[in-house]
Amino acid sequence: MTLEISLTRDPAHLRHGSNVGQSLTRTDGILKVTGKARYAADNHPPGMLYAVIATSCIARGRVTSLDVAAAKRHPGVVDVMTPSHKPELAEDPDAKGNPFAFRMELLQSDEVRYANQAIAVVIAETLEAATEGAALLSPRYQVEIARVGLDAGEAYAPPVVGIGNPAEVVVGDVEAGLAAATKLTDATYETPAQYHNAMEPHAIVAVWDGDRLFIDTPSQGMAFAQMRVAGLFGIPPGNIHVNSPFLGGGFGSKGLISGPQVLGIMAAKLVARPVKLVLRRSQMYGPVGHRPPTRQRLRIGTDDAGMLTAIDHHARIVTSSFDDFYEPAADASHTLYAAPAIHTAHEAVRVDTGTPLFMRAPGEATGSIALESAIDEAAFACGLDPLEFRLKNYAEVEPTTGKPFSSKALRQCYAKAAERFGWARRPLRPKQMRDENGFLVGWGVGTATFPAIMFQGNARAVIRADGKGVMETGAHDMGQGAWTALAQISADSLGLDLDQLTFRSGSSDLPDAGIAGGSGHTATVGAAIHNAGAAVIAKLAELATSDERSPLFGAGNAGVIARGGRLYRRDDEARSEGYAEILARAGLAEVDGTGSGAADPAAQSQYAMHAHGAVFAEVKVDPELGQIRATRMVGAFAAGRIINPLLVQSQLYGGMIWGLSFALHEEAVMDHRSGRILNANLAEYHVPVNADVPPMDVITVDEHDPHVNALGIKGVGEIGITGSAGAVANAVWHATGIRVRRFPIRIEDVVMGLGG
Amino acid sequence: MMNFDYVRPANVADAIAAASEKGAAYLASGTNLLDLMKGGVCRPSRLVDVTRLPGLDRIERLADGSLRIGALVRNAYLAHDAEFAYAYPAVAEALLSGASAQLRNAATVGGNLLQRTRCAYFYDVGSACNKRWPGAGCDALKGENRLHAVLGWSEGCIATHPSDFCVPLVALDTVVEIEGKDGRRELPLEALHRLPGDAPSRETELERGDLIVALRLPAQAKDFAAHARYIKVRERTSYAFAVVSAAATLRITDGKIGEARLALGGVAAKPWRAREAEQILAGASPDAALYREAARAALADAKPSGDNTFKIELAQRIVVRALSLAAAGTPARIPALPGSPFSSVAGA
Amino acid sequence: MNLPISLTINGVRREIVLDDPRVTLLDLLRERLDLTGAKKGCDRGQCGACTILVDGWRINSCLALAVSHDGAVITTIEGVAQGDQLHPVQAAFIAHDGFQCGFCTPGQIMSTIGLIQEGQAGDDPERVRECMSGNLCRCGAYAGITEAVLEAQANMTHAKQRRSA
Repeated sequence: MTLEISLTRDPAHLRHGSNVGQSLTRTDGILKVTGKARYAADNHPPGMLYAVIATSCIARGRVTSLDVAAAKRHPGVVDVMTPSHKPELAEDPDAKGNPFAFRMELLQSDEVRYANQAIAVVIAETLEAATEGAALLSPRYQVEIARVGLDAGEAYAPPVVGIGNPAEVVVGDVEAGLAAATKLTDATYETPAQYHNAMEPHAIVAVWDGDRLFIDTPSQGMAFAQMRVAGLFGIPPGNIHVNSPFLGGGFGSKGLISGPQVLGIMAAKLVARPVKLVLRRSQMYGPVGHRPPTRQRLRIGTDDAGMLTAIDHHARIVTSSFDDFYEPAADASHTLYAAPAIHTAHEAVRVDTGTPLFMRAPGEATGSIALESAIDEAAFACGLDPLEFRLKNYAEVEPTTGKPFSSKALRQCYAKAAERFGWARRPLRPKQMRDENGFLVGWGVGTATFPAIMFQGNARAVIRADGKGVMETGAHDMGQGAWTALAQISADSLGLDLDQLTFRSGSSDLPDAGIAGGSGHTATVGAAIHNAGAAVIAKLAELATSDERSPLFGAGNAGVIARGGRLYRRDDEARSEGYAEILARAGLAEVDGTGSGAADPAAQSQYAMHAHGAVFAEVKVDPELGQIRATRMVGAFAAGRIINPLLVQSQLYGGMIWGLSFALHEEAVMDHRSGRILNANLAEYHVPVNADVPPMDVITVDEHDPHVNALGIKGVGEIGITGSAGAVANAVWHATGIRVRRFPIRIEDVVMGLGG
Repeated sequence: MMNFDYVRPANVADAIAAASEKGAAYLASGTNLLDLMKGGVCRPSRLVDVTRLPGLDRIERLADGSLRIGALVRNAYLAHDAEFAYAYPAVAEALLSGASAQLRNAATVGGNLLQRTRCAYFYDVGSACNKRWPGAGCDALKGENRLHAVLGWSEGCIATHPSDFCVPLVALDTVVEIEGKDGRRELPLEALHRLPGDAPSRETELERGDLIVALRLPAQAKDFAAHARYIKVRERTSYAFAVVSAAATLRITDGKIGEARLALGGVAAKPWRAREAEQILAGASPDAALYREAARAALADAKPSGDNTFKIELAQRIVVRALSLAAAGTPARIPALPGSPFSSVAGA
Repeated sequence: MNLPISLTINGVRREIVLDDPRVTLLDLLRERLDLTGAKKGCDRGQCGACTILVDGWRINSCLALAVSHDGAVITTIEGVAQGDQLHPVQAAFIAHDGFQCGFCTPGQIMSTIGLIQEGQAGDDPERVRECMSGNLCRCGAYAGITEAVLEAQANMTHAKQRRSA
């Protein structure tokens, strides 16, 4: 079943004509505010059973016994899936078929690789019975000593970081640059493990029909999920129908189908009935990825004029004992500052944890807070205002490649945000400002950047006999607003007003739209839609201009313009014809066309493509009690064309809050002996609450980028975190004079740093 | 969670009878108990639902000037009772500092007294915990313990009591009314919770079947209304447990402190009454040096139970802050605000 | 054990026989009554996604046993709009983009309705932020949420004054 959304009532501010650039409210807004938006776990097919995972409480070792009989005795329990009782898989879940195939635990053995790993699945008539059944399994273990933390073992050089990036990059002679520096900033920063914690826990409702499989599950990449499931179960990808109209947040954790989701499919197969499996919150701290801890050493050399002589950025990161994901933290130093010599390198340590994965701005976020802190320290060492220092060392070309930027309005971002914030009044030295209640006040700045990435995506467009349009694409809305922004692009691509368009999305039965990640979904799918629309318009134009009876006959070389459901002759807009008339005369029920979107390799080889921004933050700190509160944040961002300013503002706000959270709140606490996560919940794993969030201001700076893609879109999903985390951290330093290099900044850092 | 018998007694006597069986537990709103049951920390075989017991949801002003709060009165209802907030402002601040609006709407005052620690090792059934399993050991002791107790802890347990509400209550000499198998008895709130010693699983003086039916604030508690504050430091601006908190209430006449009450939260297995500090304050002129002396006295016996030395310093500073703000006078605002540093500037 | 209870849900009285005392209000609504608007984000009273009104008070339905709420009057997100006419709080959330993924939204909206009834926040944004802090939003839509609460509250107060004038 495919969800479609037509605009049946006017959202706020709707104007006709061009749809892109309008601040439309969300087309799925009514569904979401009425509770009618159906998320995966809201489905309940007839005959459905509940599956609940039992998880390991040790981080390393083996399960030596499970009391399956006790679980089965519990009223309502139907079956217990264990390593010795499960459907056969067609493929080893530990096989590495491609760089996006991460190993998953599907009960292939009794081995435990990390705490919270699935060790059995209890299937029951009710959720209550399945939950208690899982508790009754009372596992026993053979425990091995867990490897925990950044110093758990021998560090090694990873083969690559991120997706195929080199682990080490060298430009110029860094040691010579550092030796020539008159000031050297040498500082080491630590960032903690963080968990995505989308509000919606991973969930799946799986229904088998012979060798066809129907799954409702949140996915940022339905085609990837299809391929993986197809391989595991030995069925063609086309037999797998993924329905994912709404994700309750993803942030990277739903980019690839996870082990627990596959366990739901296995459970449905085992009992030959529909099964719902929903992770408990605590179970999300393990099998669905996380941001790994990092330790980053930055050495920054500057000369007497405050110019950079070298940047050396070294990151130690952890990955799991059994798979390879390497957070590209040091890569943050590749693009922002014009140092003549730059060296970035990574080393990794294996620990007993679930495999870290992509989490909103993977590498960029961890790297940014370290780099922006270090740049701030270097500026102060030079006696320069941190904004002035950043402008002095502004990169006119990408420092590590020498490529020109396809567009870079960062100067304007600095200027506009600084003005809005009132930065000019900032004292250079820390601990100079107090508010009327005696709280210490500090101001900090950070530079934001994120690459403009595109994946591969497709769309299909239709103009029907009634002149209305349909756009189909298997896109993913995890909150960023795909239902709305892509509909806006669709309407423009078909020359329709938005209320003449039906937009279908959120299903793998539609054209593969690629993955919603890397802030590249709108660019990728937008380009596909743009091309699909153009293909349909071209067909309509061909029908009209080659037909003597059409007022557009013979327009051939001059061409036509599509607008408001009509084609107009470009050189004479008095001559036009509606889509419905064109189709009626041709005797066609509809015309359709397809399009795809992907990066242009020629442009990529010529230009460095990044979005940029500048974030300014104010914090207040209680001088005795150490409690910190961000009180103001202003960000200006240049990210190419803005499809929907209202939604973009929301994305940037969200990113800035993640930055604030990175600096002040988030941290998974792991017992250093057992490897168990002690705050695997939302009470003690602190994500910001409403009261933590200050009044915020977002400015978008116009940027017309002809090189990134036909629509000029760069993406805004992740950039808001970068810069913001550093800005908040720098503001804390400016308030207190205490440079905290271990994040999040804690109350004791301030209490013990400030004399009472 | 384990299946259980559900019983809903019609009166207190039936409730006590039903709860006197091994494995039985009282259910009020369940905001803490259900959480513990879902985590497998508590596995009662019978729940005795006391929410319909008659007469326990009233706030009564008694003839002797004391205030009797039925155990089933909701936290939010009490905090938003304007007359209550005027008379016991630090209690209202503490109530509003706890949890979230949703939880305060559900949670009862009786239940609040009996909420269990947030020690992660207590919650994690895979860890050793002497509270959950006497004799099992304490994994917190050499574990991740930066937020654990600095006062009154033992090698057997370093957990803290998480309640905000109890902190000003204990300062104000609140009395707990208990019905049990042998009838009604009273206990000062200060004596309700036990320090861990060698029996951390024995958290209160309640016996099996005992039911808290009311709290009573004595008449004198009102005398502190003009100088009473609750301050809480936490790692989020809202919806987080205290790192450390303090309630300070003063009676000031002719520029001198006639009587002082001081209690700390987040530092021990019970809401911590700082009597030595109170004695230092009594009769003295309020000033910063005095508050610092009182703070030192309050934490004189403190020692870190792990990676939490900072809490001893922080606790002293919060005592100084709470005393300074209390001396400056209770703010006139109604409704009260939570006791955050950012909403608790003097007179605000 | 069969436990008959009676609940009035969104204005409709329903007689329900529970076969299990462990069922929470949230699981009753979601898994047994097909009212899936209230969401399960943590199941431990730590996120607010399951917020509903019980006898007019906003509570976490994940920490409420259904059997203990026999006789309660319950309002869920499904009972807030009047047909196609959105509740002012719902309309304000759309207008101010007070959500992104939408998963926390039913809880945010029910919490807002509860807050306005409680009347504790006034028109001070700082009070609204504090009073809405029991509802986490991982997308970070807090700015829009705060604006939506303030606007809806103002609109509802205004409408009430007009009615009583």
